[in-house]
Amino acid sequence: MSDFWIRFSRNKGALLGIAMLAAVILVALVAPLMFPKGPWQMVQRPFLTPFATEGLPLGTDTLGRNVAAGLAYGARVSLLVGLVSTLVALAIGVPLGAVAGYYGGWVDEAAMRFTEFFQTIPNFALAIVLVAIMEPTLTSITLAIAIVSWPPVARLVRAEVLSLKKREFVDAAQLAGLSNRRILLAQILPNAMSPIIVMASLMVATAILLESSLAFLGLGDPNIMSWGYMIGAARTVIRSAWWLSFFPGLAIVITVLALNLIGEGLNDAMNPHLNRKGRA
Amino acid sequence: MAIASTVLGRLLKAAITLLAIVVLNFLLIHAAPGDPAAVMAGEAGAADEKFIAQLRERFGLDQPLHVQLWNYVSNILQLDLGYSYRQGAPVLDLILERLPATLLLTLTAFGISLLFGVAMGVAASARVGKLGDSAITGVALLFYATPLYWAALMAVLVFSVWLGWLPGFGYETVGADYTGLARVLDILKHLILPAATLGLFFMAVYTRMTRASMLEVAQMDFVKTARAKGLPDKVIRRRHILRNALLPVVTLAGLQAGQLVGGAVLTETVFAWPGIGRLMFESLEARDYNTLLGVFLISAAMVILFNIVTDLVYRLIDPRIGATR
Repeated sequence: MSDFWIRFSRNKGALLGIAMLAAVILVALVAPLMFPKGPWQMVQRPFLTPFATEGLPLGTDTLGRNVAAGLAYGARVSLLVGLVSTLVALAIGVPLGAVAGYYGGWVDEAAMRFTEFFQTIPNFALAIVLVAIMEPTLTSITLAIAIVSWPPVARLVRAEVLSLKKREFVDAAQLAGLSNRRILLAQILPNAMSPIIVMASLMVATAILLESSLAFLGLGDPNIMSWGYMIGAARTVIRSAWWLSFFPGLAIVITVLALNLIGEGLNDAMNPHLNRKGRA
Repeated sequence: MAIASTVLGRLLKAAITLLAIVVLNFLLIHAAPGDPAAVMAGEAGAADEKFIAQLRERFGLDQPLHVQLWNYVSNILQLDLGYSYRQGAPVLDLILERLPATLLLTLTAFGISLLFGVAMGVAASARVGKLGDSAITGVALLFYATPLYWAALMAVLVFSVWLGWLPGFGYETVGADYTGLARVLDILKHLILPAATLGLFFMAVYTRMTRASMLEVAQMDFVKTARAKGLPDKVIRRRHILRNALLPVVTLAGLQAGQLVGGAVLTETVFAWPGIGRLMFESLEARDYNTLLGVFLISAAMVILFNIVTDLVYRLIDPRIGATR
């Protein structure tokens, strides 16, 4: 484990990612302290340009709301939806893939057909349809993102379990009389953790992109300020007020980039023999 | 012979998948809050009880669920995707009218992203560990983290609003009435920004895949043999490594291409591109579920078709694939 940290901390990209993500998390945490009035309140006249008015570093939007406050509160939603939807996707994908890989036969066949079906459907289109029909709320958005994100997890876990179950320690566990359930939960899955963690960190990034895209199309929770909503609302005034779309987009890029850098760093640190080769 | 049976198998599987999507659509309509008759009445702009009851009877919504499912599936098998009260036209007509614009956009974006992605991946792998590699990998990482719609908006801002080089809106110049070559050029001009921004994310994906694949193939024994024979590096890279590295990239690219259709919703919304993605956005705003689900079904069908075509192309390029199965 200490080898892991040494390798991880040698990766400049990963450290940069950690720093960027820490900054975003900090902003999300202190948002209510920095902007006690919340993101929705009108504070000044609309369309104030950034870096011009004291107390309003990023200007005001079409309704005179503080853009900086919107960004800070938006960070909360992005991180929350990204994290929770990834956890839900893991909760679907890990058991399904593990059972398919371990038991094989018709269970595997059925589980993989099911997974393939969800992988064929265009991700984003399915997410749109799900959120539109369930009505956009934080819960429905999180669920929809989880529903379109789990198939790769199931495939990864299945492949891992398939290769691990041929290993000697599994034979030993069987000889020791452990039940299938125990072997799968206590012996095989812990050994499959590192690729799952890498995939999960990249999934949080994708989930944040998905959430913001949905919100951009008007499929965000109407009670919650999010980066995608801010860009969507400013889309029609791009010619006169570029900063209203620019800053929220920049916030998304920074957050997603940070998570991807961390994911790559984890990957390189956990699979040192693959290091310096780069991956798809 | 082998190809014919493969095609048949793939088509059968595609048909089953589409049928499952139709059933999923049906379930989604029934999962929607409020019953479909009330939704339809709302779309038609009337909401009194009598009209709703009439609608319920006319569309068989008073029948048991399995009968309704059967009716729904058989309607769709007859290519009846329902009627859009908002747009005052059958959903299928709306989609067919807009499909060419989406095909033009997505196929161009796919071409651009694959071409530039492979080129950048090859360039990066040739300089692995050096500055050029870091620069390309960094750019790819940045594009990979950029939301499609934001890239589109920023492109409009820079190339259309500030520089005035390219149109940032629509499919062709309205009212210009170009014909022949002038019209083609006009459409191409309008196509550049949407296709480039839609392709940006996928270009990043293909760059990373190509780089990884090139580096992997470069480790193989036949490359060492080629080097031992004294072939120049350039030749080895082009004739030996690239050819082999390209196969997995093309397959994965084909599978990924389905996501382009989803991305088109965002791009078409930003550029007011008159395709099915824009139609999907309009149907969202109007809460027009028939159209929404129709577009969903057709885009899934497009993805499946594209996957089959990629698979076949792959088999033609590399005959080993068919033989091993």
